[in-house]
Amino acid sequence: MAESETTAPVLDAEGVSKRFGAVQALRDASLRLGKGEIVALMGANGAGKSTLVKILTGALRRDTGHVRIRGTEARLNSPAAARRSGLVPVYQEPSLIPDLDVADNLRLGRTPVDAFRHWVAEMGISDLRLDDVIGDLPLATLRILDLARALAAEPDVLMLDEMTAALPTDLVEKVLRVVRQQADGGRSIIYISHRFAEIAAICDRATVLRDGATVGNLKIEPGIEERVVELMLGGKVAPVASETRSRAAASGDSAIIPRLRLRGLKAGTRLADVSFELNRGEVLGVVALEGQGQDELFDVLAGNRRPAAGSLEVDGRPVAFGHPADAIAAGLTLVPGDRAHALLMSRSVRENIALPLLARLRDWGAIRVRDEAARVTSAIERLQIDTRAQGEVRRLSGGNQQKVTIARWIAKGVNTLLLFDPTRGIDVRTKRQIYGLVRELAGQGAAVLFYTSELSEVPQACDRVVVIFNGRVVDVIPAAEADEATLMRAAYGLSRAGTEPA
Amino acid sequence: MTALNVGPTPLARIGRFMADNPLVPLILLLVGLVALLQILQPGVVNSRWLANTIKVAIPLAMLAACQTLTMLTGGIDLSAGTVATISAFATATLTPLVGAPAAILIALSVALVIGLVNGFGVAICRVHPLIMTLGTALIASGCLLVYQRYVIATGTKIPDFLVWLGTGRTLGLPNGLFLFLPFATLVIWMQRRTGFGRLLYALGSNEAAARLSGVRSWQVLLSLYALSGAIAGLTGLLYLGVVKTPSLSLALPLDLPSVAAAVVGGTSIFGGRGGFGGTIIGALILTVLGTMLTLMQIPEGGRRILFGLIILAVTALYIRLTEQGR
Repeated sequence: MAESETTAPVLDAEGVSKRFGAVQALRDASLRLGKGEIVALMGANGAGKSTLVKILTGALRRDTGHVRIRGTEARLNSPAAARRSGLVPVYQEPSLIPDLDVADNLRLGRTPVDAFRHWVAEMGISDLRLDDVIGDLPLATLRILDLARALAAEPDVLMLDEMTAALPTDLVEKVLRVVRQQADGGRSIIYISHRFAEIAAICDRATVLRDGATVGNLKIEPGIEERVVELMLGGKVAPVASETRSRAAASGDSAIIPRLRLRGLKAGTRLADVSFELNRGEVLGVVALEGQGQDELFDVLAGNRRPAAGSLEVDGRPVAFGHPADAIAAGLTLVPGDRAHALLMSRSVRENIALPLLARLRDWGAIRVRDEAARVTSAIERLQIDTRAQGEVRRLSGGNQQKVTIARWIAKGVNTLLLFDPTRGIDVRTKRQIYGLVRELAGQGAAVLFYTSELSEVPQACDRVVVIFNGRVVDVIPAAEADEATLMRAAYGLSRAGTEPA
Repeated sequence: MTALNVGPTPLARIGRFMADNPLVPLILLLVGLVALLQILQPGVVNSRWLANTIKVAIPLAMLAACQTLTMLTGGIDLSAGTVATISAFATATLTPLVGAPAAILIALSVALVIGLVNGFGVAICRVHPLIMTLGTALIASGCLLVYQRYVIATGTKIPDFLVWLGTGRTLGLPNGLFLFLPFATLVIWMQRRTGFGRLLYALGSNEAAARLSGVRSWQVLLSLYALSGAIAGLTGLLYLGVVKTPSLSLALPLDLPSVAAAVVGGTSIFGGRGGFGGTIIGALILTVLGTMLTLMQIPEGGRRILFGLIILAVTALYIRLTEQGR
């Protein structure tokens, strides 16, 4: 791809590779950063972005390749070594110690207090006291403090990971201005973000990763969004072979009262304002980049968290869930993204599947052994769970564990199924079984909400898909049109030609 | 993580077998200890010894039921010994005043109330069970001291029925079994075949997962600690019949052995694994060990040291074996 125009790069990573067991996370990643340059690092889920960042900041060691800082080979054996080389990161999660006050945190990091204060004031936080305890401060303030701390260290290379994600708009502007000033003053910045608007506003170039390799190095100019998305997708723009499926009137005949109606749902710092409807007999896909509020959305729907604002209707009746038990009583059942949150690892397959059958106070008495056995057996058969190691769920393979978490709700009786990335980390055969099952359940009248981080799954399992960006629904796309390119553009908040967001 | 395990080592296979059948090694250990006792002191193992061992082991096993059930959820009930003592003391002092049935009823109510307080603290205030039950034990034993001042003049009487239960024999076996066999059957049935029992394991294995499945854990924990208090109260009644002299520290010496019996019996203090069947054998093992150390005429200090060491060794070995192959 295009060569960087700077002659003597401050940071020059070349041919970096990293393997985790059987997974080649990075094959051939490179990143060049000139003096006074801001480079956006971009890539879809699993492209290797975070692995590269971890290698540059000393959290991981590379297998092969070079990282040179100002022309000399850099030793990046630990985060401290990376800092000494002049590379300071600001991560997405606040890195200050919550139980200590601001001054103690600065002392721990040997941060010069005056410089720190200067930057905090520069970014418009005037009421900060050095004896404020970190844990009492709002998330947005903490991100600013992290950035100010990094600036006070006067790094050669600043690495900003989704810096603006938790910030209100006015702070975003101030941060962007400060970052740009830093670059104009000669510092170099690696800017990781999903937001094209910000990248267009402050970055000089964009480096794009795909499948562990750097596939592009572009100058920022009008229309760059399309080029970047194309690069992230690679050759995958061809339309997906759509399987013939009979779901004639999925949303048509039940349009009177939706199974689930969300209005202006807001929760935490990420879920801002989400509204959509889910009908019986429908599989509604949810697509979003990481951290756009989808975790909070599913938590709210499963009764695991209370919304800060907005309303939720089930079959036309308003509901408020104080506990997952309330959601389950209303028929909303969750298969969480992390199987470790769903399973009793040291208990048997049977006990895991039967758990929701015994949860209510009135089910505490004698177990109806025959009824339980019948339900569990039929759920196991329906999902084809391999029961050779059913004594303890931890001995099952990942795919079979995932099936157990779904089988639990099959045994209980599915009404509305909330699936959060149910196919992550499982084999292709099991994935196909899960798509088949989801279609079958919808065919029997269930409503399914299906979040997935793999865009190619959407046409195979869903009827429609809502795309969430920045805590809001930015698009609703029929599955037939939801090829990867369309979804990727929508997920990055780029509008679709011709259609208006719902 | 595949279900097919290619060529496990023999040790791993033994571990897997023991993990699936946790009672087998415990029973083997118990038989071994009895055999060792017979070798050390030929003739000591007879029907009289057997009856005596069972008699001593029953109150320990019952108190250990409190530990087993709470430990299944990852908790513990350190107030069990105190509750048993209070129940026994109240029964003995109230019987001359109000008669045996009323005295027993009051004693069990007090035990239940202490259990409910524990449950309130653990389930609703989310205090760690160790601290909560230790705290209530301290408060309750303080109240017992105050109470004792008021009843010092009334004298004590132990209901005949409890003496019969605690020390009597039928067909050479202790009458305590009339209480213990139904009790143990009920506890084991509850833990295996009721929704409540399953939820104890579920909470101990993964409370977040239980929550997502619709379990309201406070309901389970509140009921559990109330039940534990009631069991401790019942144990106090039986123990009163065994010891026949009420005191302010009656069942306190059983506190830590009750924890040890549950742990030796294979119940994990981290929750989710174990059961009352193992605890019964654990209580028998501890009782036989105690007899053995007494018979070897080791002085008290040495006896305690050995007792502690053996418990640690047995537990470590057992955990090591059953954790193999994970």
